[in-house]
Amino acid sequence: MIEFRSVSKQYPDGTRAVDEFSLIIPSRKTTVLVGSSGCGKTTLLRMINRMVDPTSGVIEIDGKDISTIEPVHLRRDVGYVMQNSGLLPHRRVIDNVATVPILKGVPKKQAHEDALALLDTVGLDRSLADRYPAQLSGGQQQRVGVARGLAANPNILLMDEPFGAVDPIVRTDLQNETLRLQRELDKTVVFVTHDIDEAFLLGDQVIILEKGAHIAQQGSPEEILANPVSEFVANFIGADRGKRRLAVSSIAHPQGDDLVLVDAGGYAAGVIAAPGGQLATANPTPKSRSISNKTSQAGDA
Amino acid sequence: MNIFAEGIAWLFDPAHYGGVDGIDTRIGEHIMISVIVLAIAAVIAIPVGYLIGHTGRGRVIVVVSGGVRALPTLGLMILIALNVGVGLEAPVIAFVVLAVPSILAGAYAGFDAVDRRTIDAARAVGMTEWQIVTKVEIPLGLPLLMGGLRSASLQVIATATLADYVGAGGLGHFLFLGLQTRDYPQMLAGSIVVVLLALFSELLFAILERLVVPAGVRAGERADNQEDVRAKSVRSRTATG
Ligand SMILES: Nc1ncnc2c1ncn2[C@@H]1O[C@H](COP(=O)(O)OP(=O)(O)O)[C@@H](O)[C@H]1O
Ligand SMILES: [Mg+2]
Repeated sequence: MIEFRSVSKQYPDGTRAVDEFSLIIPSRKTTVLVGSSGCGKTTLLRMINRMVDPTSGVIEIDGKDISTIEPVHLRRDVGYVMQNSGLLPHRRVIDNVATVPILKGVPKKQAHEDALALLDTVGLDRSLADRYPAQLSGGQQQRVGVARGLAANPNILLMDEPFGAVDPIVRTDLQNETLRLQRELDKTVVFVTHDIDEAFLLGDQVIILEKGAHIAQQGSPEEILANPVSEFVANFIGADRGKRRLAVSSIAHPQGDDLVLVDAGGYAAGVIAAPGGQLATANPTPKSRSISNKTSQAGDA
Repeated sequence: MNIFAEGIAWLFDPAHYGGVDGIDTRIGEHIMISVIVLAIAAVIAIPVGYLIGHTGRGRVIVVVSGGVRALPTLGLMILIALNVGVGLEAPVIAFVVLAVPSILAGAYAGFDAVDRRTIDAARAVGMTEWQIVTKVEIPLGLPLLMGGLRSASLQVIATATLADYVGAGGLGHFLFLGLQTRDYPQMLAGSIVVVLLALFSELLFAILERLVVPAGVRAGERADNQEDVRAKSVRSRTATG
């Protein structure tokens, strides 16, 4: 569990990036911080691994005040994935992934074996292990970045707009992989994005932020969608909300036992199993979320 | 016979080899002075340049030291010699002053050119400052450092001809002696050797500069330059496959 208690951050130039922020981030869940650019998301995230120290307030990990933990030590225990992958350009993929374990004293041979296994985990072919970052696509680089973040087997994984710079199709891939990873690995993930669809897709808990990292609303995606507490939230999630609402198409006739779903614009968003004309209701959460995401993609296209 | 041919002839005259005034001896001295100067300058300039590059503090030192290059080396050398006497000391100090700015600038620029995001990422995954310097900034900064050493070496080799003015030997001997005795072929022979040494240094450092580019960085450059080539090869593969 990560707890922020009345945390503020004022940068030396006077910018108050975070103002009296309090939040409990539960373990083994994905918490998404979402808000427009400049609202303080990155600052919040980087305070968790002491890349930024708060001006006031306390941050605790599992009850321990992190200001008492040596930053280098803390960072080696917290996975961090950033937008530009942040890979070392002069090191091969395998060495990039093995960086943190080697810093922590794992023998090189062992670290390399583990790194190869991690490439499998993040869906990269092992043949890429000897490549340099510049020889990979943007999406592959991000996967390597995730593998590196996971290499020391941290309990906490921080992700700062990790898919912001890849094209939409690859992004959808990576988002689904992230959902799969989270199911398999059970980490405490803190994920930053400005994309509300991504937030709703990935988050167990979503925190919508205004400038100064003021919390506009927090809750599960369903709670927020069902009951936006303010005009601000409604606007933030609602600009394309109509697009996100799906309906069973009355024009497109079901193919066999499937129904076609369309969005507000009339674009086909996907199909849903409907044996004998009844909607299948099992396992609603991940599936319905990934459909809502595709809808917005279709609307954007 | 024209003066140039006479110079060449002087250079190949076996009588001018061996002994204290032999061309070979003077080349040896010249190289020795240059290497000593570069080594001392590097020991001073590289740590300072790295420190400035890593911390981003004290950039003004790089700028000011660049201005020092404008000091007349001959005057400086004589001034020092008046204090410490004739011999190797005065020219070495004066040439170190000449060589430091280029090396300092190269060391600093090498660090400064490393993508801030790469360094930030290295820090965020838990590298200590020392590890960031040794495992990230030094390897990525080597090509620019080599560039600095290259220009320092060129300057020192050219300027080391002044050393003999205060009795420190080197190829300047042939220039000063030739000038006094109006032995122009000898002067020319000396100059030719200096030019050859300078060219050799350029070649050496040009090779080193290429060699120290990390493989991953070179791969990146290739990837940038050869988009076209790749597109073509994909096409031909599709055609044959
Ligand atoms: N190192 C810094 N120095 C000064 N101001 C900063 C610094 N980093 C971020 N800021 C400012 O703090 C605010 C929040 O930034 P950031 O946390 O990066 O927001 P986000 O990640 O949500 O875009 C912005 O106004 C930004 O300009
Ligand atoms: Mg940010």
